[in-house]
Amino acid sequence: MATPLRIVIAKPGLDGHDRGAKVVARALRDAGHEVIYTGLRRTPEQIVRTVIDEDAQFLGLSSLSGAHAHLFPRVCKLLQESDVGHVIVFGGGIIPTADRPALFEAGIKAIFGPGTSSNQINDFISTAAAKDDAGCGAESDWHWGD
Amino acid sequence: MDLDKAREGSRLGLSQALSLVENGLPFSTEEEGDVIGITGAPGVGKSCLVDQLAQAYARNGEKVAILAVDPSSPISGGALLGDRLRMESADLDDLIYMRSVATRGESGAVPSVVADMVAVLKECGWKRIIIETVGSGQAEFRIAAVADTIMLVEAPGMGDAIQSEKAGIVELVDIIVVNKSDLKGADETAANINSALSAGSKSIPVMQVSSHTGDGITYLVQAIDEVADSGISRAQWQERLASQWMRKMSHHPNLDSILDKLESSQISIKEAILLMEGKE
Repeated sequence: MATPLRIVIAKPGLDGHDRGAKVVARALRDAGHEVIYTGLRRTPEQIVRTVIDEDAQFLGLSSLSGAHAHLFPRVCKLLQESDVGHVIVFGGGIIPTADRPALFEAGIKAIFGPGTSSNQINDFISTAAAKDDAGCGAESDWHWGD
Repeated sequence: MDLDKAREGSRLGLSQALSLVENGLPFSTEEEGDVIGITGAPGVGKSCLVDQLAQAYARNGEKVAILAVDPSSPISGGALLGDRLRMESADLDDLIYMRSVATRGESGAVPSVVADMVAVLKECGWKRIIIETVGSGQAEFRIAAVADTIMLVEAPGMGDAIQSEKAGIVELVDIIVVNKSDLKGADETAANINSALSAGSKSIPVMQVSSHTGDGITYLVQAIDEVADSGISRAQWQERLASQWMRKMSHHPNLDSILDKLESSQISIKEAILLMEGKE
């Protein structure tokens, strides 16, 4: 069996809604990955610490509170400053289309909203894992979807 | 394997070294350390207790590393590792390092790579190490293969493992903790355990603590140091031997071909064992 990918699923900020994060965590586990779930209300600093301690290759951020425009780029910036710009970051939750270009610009490589199937997320994971320029600190404007 | 960065205190260096070892690179060390194994049924509060213990060590200025083991799915090979949920101190304090470990298809509550991961931690200056086991089944006590001190956690209202006389528990356990001492029934649970233990010859301290309020944690930290010097028992040596034996088997170069032959009925179990020993 191939070495599983290690993926952190995190809930940044003051947001108590974690059904989506848990569903995604299970879907990724069922696809054969090792998923570390942080629990609710973590700061960007705590999330980055978790990613480093767990030596994760992917980080999924879930937000339904409307604070994504602040929190997601902050996490990406901290990851880059901590020498883990190779980590591939994706987001999910309630993220208005208009907010997405700025998040892609900040280093987020995919945004999944309500109605996303677990197959789509798994396709993204396997596509991104095969690329060498998908990290949140990579000089590349590639991102999932259009 | 380059451990220079990890030895200098880089968490990323340490994490990457641990991944290499977890993925199969063997590692051993002469460095000493204190390894505490924490076991007990699901729901007794092992993770919260580990969090409290880690905070207590960090308050004393001591570095502490946690390896929290959770099971991998035998079907997908994936795992949901949720121990950080109850160990928030781990991502706040620089003196605490916490790593989730999946069993990756090995039977037993503590995969054999954990011994080598412990060696990496010791080598990099993390001398106090806490291992939290999966929390179910007889194989829990495989923890004896790596831990110097074994703590069994119980909680009121759940029935206890000592009373059900699981084989071997008393020989291996060094401390019994009745967690959730803030709940009704904790005194009774502790008294029941003490009375069950009184029939045997080994004296094991039974401590009441509350991971919720922090009550009793200071005493528990003292008790851990007191039993730490008691040496390795015959039963512990047996577990160590069994664990290494298991590892030898699961890393045997011909394991796949032997399994293939078994599956297609070309050989019997007896012949398979001879093949593994290289006698055929």
